[in-house]
Amino acid sequence: MSIYESFSMALKSIMSSKVRTLLTMLGIIIGVAAVIVITGLGNGLENYISEQFESMGTNTLTVSIMGRGDRMISVDDMQEIVDDSEYLDLMTPNVSLTGSIKIGSDTLSYTSGSGVGEEYLEINSLILSEGRNIQYMDIKNRKNVCIVGSYINLGYFGGQGLGETIKINGRSFTIIGILDEQDDSTEGSPDDCVYVPYSTLMRLMSMSSVSSFTITFVDSDVADEAEDYLDTALTEYFSGDDDGFNITNMADMLESMTSMVDTLVLVLALIAGISLVVGGIGIMNIMLVSVTERTKEIGIRKALGAKEKYIMNQFVIEAAITSILGGILGIILGFLICIVATQVVTSIMGETLNVSPTINSIALSVGISAGIGILFGYMPAKKAARLNPIDALRYD
Amino acid sequence: MTPLIELRDVSKIYYMGDTIVKAADHISFSVYKGEFVAIVGHSGSGKSTCMNIIGCLDVPSEGEYLLGGRNVGQMNKNEQAEIRNEMLGFIFQQYNLLPKLNLVENVEVPLMYAGMSRSERRKRAEAALKSVGLLDKEKHLPNQLSGGQQQRVSIARALAGRPSVILADEPTGALDSKTGRDVLKMLQQLHKSGHTVVLITHDNSIAATAERVIRLEDGRKVYDGPSTDPNAFVHAAINLDDEEGGQE
Repeated sequence: MSIYESFSMALKSIMSSKVRTLLTMLGIIIGVAAVIVITGLGNGLENYISEQFESMGTNTLTVSIMGRGDRMISVDDMQEIVDDSEYLDLMTPNVSLTGSIKIGSDTLSYTSGSGVGEEYLEINSLILSEGRNIQYMDIKNRKNVCIVGSYINLGYFGGQGLGETIKINGRSFTIIGILDEQDDSTEGSPDDCVYVPYSTLMRLMSMSSVSSFTITFVDSDVADEAEDYLDTALTEYFSGDDDGFNITNMADMLESMTSMVDTLVLVLALIAGISLVVGGIGIMNIMLVSVTERTKEIGIRKALGAKEKYIMNQFVIEAAITSILGGILGIILGFLICIVATQVVTSIMGETLNVSPTINSIALSVGISAGIGILFGYMPAKKAARLNPIDALRYD
Repeated sequence: MTPLIELRDVSKIYYMGDTIVKAADHISFSVYKGEFVAIVGHSGSGKSTCMNIIGCLDVPSEGEYLLGGRNVGQMNKNEQAEIRNEMLGFIFQQYNLLPKLNLVENVEVPLMYAGMSRSERRKRAEAALKSVGLLDKEKHLPNQLSGGQQQRVSIARALAGRPSVILADEPTGALDSKTGRDVLKMLQQLHKSGHTVVLITHDNSIAATAERVIRLEDGRKVYDGPSTDPNAFVHAAINLDDEEGGQE
């Protein structure tokens, strides 16, 4: 008797009690669907995070200077360190604006304002749709000029903002450049921003030095070399003191964020996995009932010459098919939920979060559900195979 | 000539709590190829035990049972299953057809366990159904048939595997007397065409259809000879009288 025969026998028996089989499968269906949705969500979240990071540029290092007085580094010295390295590429100081931004009598309370260098736009992959970038002379002469995001241009100047002025902490700044739309040109979005020369902003806020720099390296392959070089150079600059500054690698941050999401997903998937075990126990329970119900059938089959292994195969395969079918239905259900979830999350967050299950999670759930079927089908099958044919024949 | 069935001093002992029940007590007999033997006795006489042992569903506690010259008592469960499949055709009182399989599939079951190919199986099963006159109903389920028809299917199933011995356990027990006679006629025909038939029954009139009668009582063999011998049913009569006497 071939395995194929056992399969067709098991299928026949499953088909003869559809409702029971479906109810038996329910635990597996829910478990598999849950695992798929959770891993899909995790996958979507991870993709979302890395997209966000990539838009900020993963080839960047952020240097924070924590010291005061002589423990500071001037922008020119930092530029020199960057220029001396074959690994490092672009550099911009970052000064964040605290204060008010006004256009006419309107106060822009959600607008983010920063003082930046001339390479800022390139580092952050920002593109000007109109006007020009902040230039060396603007920085040197602390000019009151600014670049604004598309929200300010469209929302306050009807798209004709170039050459107009906005007020920052009471000083008038001329708009010299307008950025391309990055998001959806709404208040508080990345399009709601103002960039001014860092030197101008430092004077405006009475700051003597810059405490934050963003530096890019030439290629993601040299991330470690670039970071080591910068660390060594800054330690040397601060006469061997490496406590006064901190270098953050965007790639490292991305990595730690993703690993956090991974851990979260793993924990949630394990919890969902519990329902797979519960489903497996449900299968075992039904198989045990089925063995008792079919005692007579087992007796007849044995009398007609069925060896123990054939009876065994019949029940194990039946349990395995039940749970694999459950697994397949679970995958379908999981996919449907993922599609719905993508729509729901996208409409709630206003951002595209693609809930997409991974191939691995699908393969894993199918494997686990088949494994569960075999594992939990084994005990009832063993019981069936060991039945004494005389007792089984007499059973009514 | 080696006998097909040989019981050598077979005893079967059951332990029910503290009491020991001797279901079979030193029974010996042989059945040769082509014989038609009825094993007859009242309930509790040990005929079911005999049937289980002959059918390789059970092994003797003492003594030896040889089927086709092979000692069944020394076989493991799988070998017993194999020899059942290969050498025995069972006909049960309750037909014991599998309710979810149609007739031809039912007849195919022992052939499937024998490892026969699909097409060969179908051919054999259909031939067997034809021989009992039910080929036109091969796609029916057992519960769509009358008792007599179901019993004919089970005869077809027993024949399909071309067994050495047909073992019929009260084959008419669940049938009315007319269909019962038809089934017995069928067994006689099988015997005439060369099959070895062992019939287990409590009914003397049914046992009389066999050539040879083995009478059991309280686990012991009390008669073994032709059914035409007047002594064949003597013990039954005495026993009946005893019972009636006891009741009065």
